[in-house]
Formats: sequence, structure tokens, C-alpha cells
Amino acid sequence: MSSIVGIVKESFPGEKRVAISVQAVKAFRRSGLVVRVETAAGAAASQSDEALAAAGAEIVSNAWDADVVLKVRPPTLEEVSRLKHGAILVSLVYPDRNPGLIDALAARGATVIALEKIPRITRAQKMDVLSSMANLAGYRAVIEAAAHSQGFFGPQVTAAGSTPPAKVLVIGAGVAGLAALGAARALGAEVSAFDTRAAAREQVESLGGKFLTVALTESGEGQGGYAKGMSPEFIAAEMDLFRAQAKEVDVIITTALVPGSKAPLLLPRDVVEALKPGSLVVDMAAEQGGNCELCQPGAVVEHNGVKIIGFTDLASRMASTATRFFAMNLLNLLAEITVGDGVVIALDNEVIHPALLLYNGGPPPKMPPRPAAPPPHKRALPPPPTAKAQQQEIMRPTRIAWGTNLAGFFAIIAFFVLGRFAPAEFLRHSTVFVLACFVGWQVVWSVTPALHTPLMSVTNAISGIIIIGGILQVGTQLNAATIIGLIAVLLAAVNIAGGFFVTNRMLRMFHRDAPSGRKGGRQ
Amino acid sequence: MIVAYLLAGVLFIRALGALSKQETARQGNVYAMIGMTVAGVITVVAWLLRHVSPSALSESLPESLSALPTASVVALGATVLVGSGIGVSLARRVEMTAMPELVAVLHSFVGLAAVLVGFASYLAPTAPTAGTEGERIVHLAEVWVGVAVGAITFTGSVVAWGKLKGTISGKPLLLPGRHLMNAILALLIIGLAGPFMLAEAPSAVLHLVLATTLAGLAGVHLVMAIGGADMPVVVSLLNSYSGWAAAAAGFMLANDLLIVTGALVGSSGTILSIIMCRAMNRSILNVVFGGFGTADSKPQSVVAPAGDVTEVKADEVAARLRDARSVIVVPGYGMAVSRAQLAVKELTALLRSRGVNVRFAIHPVAGRLPGHMNVLLAEAGVPYDIVHEMEHVNQDFAATDVVLVIGANDIVNPGALTDTSSSIYGMPVLEVWKARVTVVVKRGMAAGYAGVENPLFYIDNTRMLFGDAKKSLEAVIQALR
Repeated sequence: MSSIVGIVKESFPGEKRVAISVQAVKAFRRSGLVVRVETAAGAAASQSDEALAAAGAEIVSNAWDADVVLKVRPPTLEEVSRLKHGAILVSLVYPDRNPGLIDALAARGATVIALEKIPRITRAQKMDVLSSMANLAGYRAVIEAAAHSQGFFGPQVTAAGSTPPAKVLVIGAGVAGLAALGAARALGAEVSAFDTRAAAREQVESLGGKFLTVALTESGEGQGGYAKGMSPEFIAAEMDLFRAQAKEVDVIITTALVPGSKAPLLLPRDVVEALKPGSLVVDMAAEQGGNCELCQPGAVVEHNGVKIIGFTDLASRMASTATRFFAMNLLNLLAEITVGDGVVIALDNEVIHPALLLYNGGPPPKMPPRPAAPPPHKRALPPPPTAKAQQQEIMRPTRIAWGTNLAGFFAIIAFFVLGRFAPAEFLRHSTVFVLACFVGWQVVWSVTPALHTPLMSVTNAISGIIIIGGILQVGTQLNAATIIGLIAVLLAAVNIAGGFFVTNRMLRMFHRDAPSGRKGGRQ
Repeated sequence: MIVAYLLAGVLFIRALGALSKQETARQGNVYAMIGMTVAGVITVVAWLLRHVSPSALSESLPESLSALPTASVVALGATVLVGSGIGVSLARRVEMTAMPELVAVLHSFVGLAAVLVGFASYLAPTAPTAGTEGERIVHLAEVWVGVAVGAITFTGSVVAWGKLKGTISGKPLLLPGRHLMNAILALLIIGLAGPFMLAEAPSAVLHLVLATTLAGLAGVHLVMAIGGADMPVVVSLLNSYSGWAAAAAGFMLANDLLIVTGALVGSSGTILSIIMCRAMNRSILNVVFGGFGTADSKPQSVVAPAGDVTEVKADEVAARLRDARSVIVVPGYGMAVSRAQLAVKELTALLRSRGVNVRFAIHPVAGRLPGHMNVLLAEAGVPYDIVHEMEHVNQDFAATDVVLVIGANDIVNPGALTDTSSSIYGMPVLEVWKARVTVVVKRGMAAGYAGVENPLFYIDNTRMLFGDAKKSLEAVIQALR
């Protein structure tokens, strides 16, 4: 039986978003799920009942009894009591801000996927509602600031007077901060941004912002792309920077959040008082306590002519787009846990498991060990194309000239010495020998390497010339010299005949590629 | 006689010169044969002139014939005929893969013949014992050198033959203190020369025998210490020794043709050794005395496999070949071992008939003899004009679709260019990894002769086709058809 997905109306005051869109309904229906949406749940987000019904949703008065309940804001305790026993709840949960919620859900035997716990890994980006909502909120923060501002954001030169561009400082260059930076730039403002993470510099500069730094170096890289809390010295240096900036800027947008704790205080009273009258502060961290000391969540307050905007529903103020994005995130998330037309929680899913707050009312079991992945294919790298052998030329006669020259030099000296003592006959033979060596040296270098084996066998045959030495020793009497000489002749004859014959045999085999007449070789 | 010797010498030089190109190579062999015949005939004539009294020659022909030392002539003729017969039958039956053994055994014959000529020259009554004391000493020294070099050549070649044939293990035999032993042997051989020259005839022969034995021992010991894959160098070196031995015989017999020919052969062998050594980026001393790739050389960097290999089957190789436009085949000793050259030829012909540009790349030290691969491919019927040397073909790999490495390892090791700790670092290698795909046909993952791990096998575009080269190639051909 196919699972029923229920989308409930948000009960939080002012919340206009809903966890479904027309597009998502169609996709759920395609995968065989039943979609039930509470009456008028999407009315404030341009998702009318008619449009949803036309896409295949059932419009019901109560969707809390569905197998899977989709929601934006954390449910109230009253709402939890309406949840079907053993159902799956997918929504933002924030258990530390909503005491008692987990216990209530556990009592219902619910399985809870907390959207804020979806890991910030590449694969899960399409399910990350925090990012998609922060993007909207960052944009909206600038729009709200512009709406409350009494001047232009972009520079103006008119007949009635000129104004310089507004100066905007964005503190915290996360998703929201960067979205704000981009929006402010698009309106024509001069934007500078500050972040404790060095990696943010590139992103800030890529959007045309100026990246501010403090003299102190301390890395603020924390887990999962968030910044971590900083040391007191760093915070002091940071404050000095903000105090100095406050005298110059017209708008400050703060987005600093540290997961699991209250938002850090970045703009104490004296910084706000340093701002020019008419300036603005948008505190996007208002819901988590605010980055500004004077901020009041959900309200706009004025202090010494400075307006401090503490809206907590920035994304909701763009309900139509926010809803479409949110629903798309949920659609992608549900695709992870939909098998056929049923919803099944796979405990070894690396995206879902970290977000599981409850599993059938209890703590989720440990993630089963994944089958050991085969070790990555290790590869050797081919040598760079520039790698060269030490020996480039093998077939060069006189590569190491000095060695040959030295040997020749000594040979000449030796002959000189010999010439004084040795018989003339010996000298004559030596001359012949040396000359023959040189001739041989010159001739053999030109032999093609392919014919080295025939060369060897032919020289082998030629060295059988020693046969004439044997012949000369054979005398007319049968004495030792004759017998030995004859044996030598025998051996040399084997050599000559064998050597020539085998050379001939080999050379006969070498043939050109005559029949086809084409050059098979290199062009 | 001088003219005839000069002619023979010139013919030998032309023979070597003609080997520079395939087109003229066969003429070269003919030149050499003519030269040898001229030399032989003129020597026999000279010999006859010496043994037949001039008075008999002046008589009419039948009488001068009857004056011939018939027994000696018959003995000489028979010996030459028998020897030639043995030689031809050896040469006729030898398989091309067994060429190295034949060459080695022929070297040993030259060495032995040189030793025998030395002895005979010493014992012969015609020896120039007359003449000055200086001439006598020089002659004895020449005999000494000729016999020593001949003995080293003889025993060294016999051991090399055994190693190539496999009857003696190809592993280097490294006795403790072998350098010292070599030095002692050399000193003894040189030291014995003095007493030999001064001694009277009977005991002097003993000295000569002793020196021959020592030189023989030195030859055995030297070659035993050299590993199987260094045999190309050893065989070329022995080739040059056999030449030097012949030259030494020429000195002792005062025969210029022997000197010239010996010098030609000697320098030819030396050059081949130099080429082989350069191709391995090692010095001759390192090859001869090095005991390469063994415990007492520096520790090898046999790194544990640096990754995973990609294995393929024959049909996949066939598919790649079917799509290829240019293919280069790199054969190694493994092709000779499994006698895969016919399968290689068949594959080549098949691919070429489909318009694929197939070429061969030959590394200078592939095989067990200089130019061994060329001979094997020629025997199988691969046209020589698609067989290229390393230096000519190396820059073409980048434009090649498929490289087929058949039973080669160290000669395609990229570590030789990059890994300074590798024992083959600096050796020029065939840069097969530049091709789009390199298929290595190999029996297993064993390291090559140098004992060095080959990173080529772990490169991304390398595929391993494991198995006997011949069977693997036949399977590829089957799949291609």
C-alpha cells in the first residue's frame, strides 16, 4: 500500500510558508505516493488548494494522520499529540529551543528527521533547507534595510543633488551573508564583509565585496562550513574593527551563527551608538538571540536615530519562492527514503542518518557499517613528457672521445718504446694491426642494428680465418705440430662453413614488403 | 701472395660495410665467402710451395704432383671437408631462437683453434727459433698472448653457450672474493710468462699448458659471474675476443691477413659490446665484473606494487586493435621464449590487410643477442621495413593508438627515466606509455631481469593480457577474425 504524505498548515504566527508546492505534488504522485494537504495550507504562499488538487493532492481538513508528515516550523506539543503513532515527521525541529518536544514525539513512537541536521555535504546540498532559506533571507535583509532606509543604496547624480553610494557592512559571509552582499551590490551599494574564516575572502571578493580583516590571525574554520567561537583577544580586535567601521557605514547586516549555542554578540550598545543617525542594522540572527545587543526579535526598534531590524521571518516574507524551494528540498530528501511507493528509512543512508532524531520513538540505532568500499584504484603516473634517458644516442661512434684519445695516446707511446727494442717485423705487423682496428671501427659503426646478429655470425665465420694458421702448421711429417694443426683446421672449418651458412640463411629471411608495394614504414 | 691477402682483407672489409643496409647485406656475405676462399686457396698454395722442393716444381706436372706430400694433402683436405660438413649441418638445423647458442659455440671453436695454433706454432720445427734473441722473445710473447686470449675465449664461450642453452643456470655465480681471484689469475698468467720464455723446451711446454689452464679457468669464472640477460654483451665481448685471438695468431705466424681479419672481428665485437652497454646505461666493466642485480650490488628499490593493474581478455584487445589506426609492437625475450613470432606475424598481416599501420619497435638489448628480435621477426616473415630501431620510433608512440608489448619488461620501464633509485635509471627505454593504450602481453607480474618493479603496468592506460604470449596472441587473432 502506498504511503500517505501529509502536509499540515503552519501554526506559527506570521509563518506563510508551507512544505509543499504544486511541482512537488506532481513529483510525489509520479512516484506513487498519496499526498494530503490541509485546507488553505499553502494559501499564503501562492499554492492554492485548487492548484494543488489539480496536481493530484487530496485537500483534507486534517493531515496529521498521514504516514509521513511534512512541515516547515517545529511542531507544537499540541500538534504532536495529533501525530499518528509511528509516523515519520520531516521538519525543522531545533530540540534545544523547544524543550519537551522530543519527549512528546518519542511518546508518539515517531521517527523524526530534523531538517537542520542534514549534513552539509555535496550530495545533500539539494536537500539543505538551511542554505536555501538563508539565501532568501540574506536577500530579504537587504530589501528590508533598503525599505527602511531614507536614502538611495546606489550613487545618484541628479540636477537636484548627488548622493554617494550607501556603505554596507556584512558580518558573517555564510550563505545568508553572501546573498546579502550580492543583493546590496546589485542595488549599487559599496559592500565590505567580515568573516573569521579565511576561506570566505575569495567568495566575498568574487561577489565584488571588500574583505575586512583584523591584525590578529586566528582561523575560524569550524565544522560543516560554520564558524567556531573565537578567542577573547580576537573578539576584542573584532570589536575595534566594527567600532571603527560604524563611523563610516550606513547599513550593518549581521548573520553570525554558531551552531548549538546563542548567537555571538557582535554589536554592543556602544557600536550602535557610534553609527550615524539614520543608519540601519539588520540582525539576521535575531531568532537565536541576535548579534546586536539592542535587537528585539520580530520587531524594528529605533535607538538614537538608528533603526535595528530584528525580523525572524525574513524567508517567510518571500513565502512563494521560499515555499517552492523548501518543497523542492523536501522532495529531494524524500526521494532518498522512498522505495517504490512506500517510505522506508534506510539506516545506512549517510544523509538521512545524521538527521534522524528519533527512530520509532527511540534513539536511532547506530549506522550499520557500510560494506568496506574497494580501495580507490591506485595508479602509477606516467613520467612527464620531458623525462629523458641519460643516453640519447646509442649508435654514435665517438661519443666519449677523450677515453679513446687517451688510449690512442698511450698506444703511440707504447709503440715508441717498442720501436727502440722490438724487431722491425713486429713493428710492421703492429702497424697493420692498428690500421685494421681503425678500419673495422669505422666500418662496423655503420652496420644497422637490425643486422647485428648476422654481423656477429659473419664476423664469426671470418674469424675462422685462423684456419690458415692451422694450415701453416701442418707439416709433412706426422708430429705434434701437424696433429694439433689439423685439429685447429677442423675447428676453423666448422666455424667458417657454419658461420657463412647460417648468415646466408638469416639474410635470406630479411625481405621487404614487396608484394603490396606500399611503404609500411614511417612517412 | 701479398696481393691475394690484400684482396681477401679488402673483401672482408667490404663485407662488413655491406651489412650497413638490408639491401646489400647478402652481397656482403658473398664478399666474405669469396675473401675466405681466396685466403684459403692462396694459403694452401703457399703451403704447397713450402713443402714441395723447387726442383720438383720445375719438372713436368705429373712429376711435380707425385712429389706432393700426398698423405698431408689428403689429411688436410679431409679435415676441411669434415669440418665444413659439420658446420653446415649445424647451421642448417639451428632454430633462429637458438642463434645465440650457435654463435657462442662457434666462438669457442675459434678460441680453441687459436690455442691449438699457438701450441703448434711453439712446437713446430719451423718455428723461428733462429734469429736474434729479441725476435725469439717477441715470438714467445706472441704465442703466450695468443694462447691466453684463445683459452679465455674458448672456456668463456662454452660457459656462455651452457647458460644460453639453459644447461648452466642463468643466475650469476658469485664466489666470495671473486675480484681477488680474477686478479690472482691474471697475475699468475702474466707472471708465468717470464719463466716460460727463459725455460728450455720440455719444461716450457708445461708452463704453456699451465698458463692455458689458468686462462681457461679465468674464462669460466668471468662468464659464470654474469647473468642471463647480460648475455648479449658477453656474446659480443667473446666475439671480439675471438677476433683478438686470431690477430694474436697472426702476430705469432707473421701473417698479415690473420692480423687484419682478427682486428676487424675484434673491433666489430667491441663496438657491439659498447652499443649493448650504452643501451643498458652501464659500462663494460660493470657488466663483466658487476654481478648485476644481485645481493652485493646496492639494494634494489623493489617497491611493492604501486597500485592496481587493469587486466583484459583477448577479445577486448581484439576490439581495441579493430578500432586502431596505428599499432606498434614491442617484442622482447618473452616472444622468443614462447616462440610467438609466427603468431605476431599473422596478427600483423591481418591488421595490415585491414589498413592498420603496424610497426615494430626494437630495443637494442631485446633478446639474448644483438639484433636477435630482428632475426626472429625476419624468420617469421615480417618485412624488415616496418621494423624500426628505438631511436627512430620513440617519438612516434604519442601518435599511436595501441602498443602491444610482447614479453618485454625492463626495456619499456618508465622508471628508467624518472626513478633515480632504480638500478636501470638512465637506460634509454621505449616510451610506450605515450600511446593511447598499451597492452602488455605477459606471463605474470614477475619483475624483469633487472628485478625492478615496472610502473608501466599500473599506469591508467595500460592493460595487462596475462598468459603465454603465443596462446594469447592466437586468441586475439581468433577474436579479430
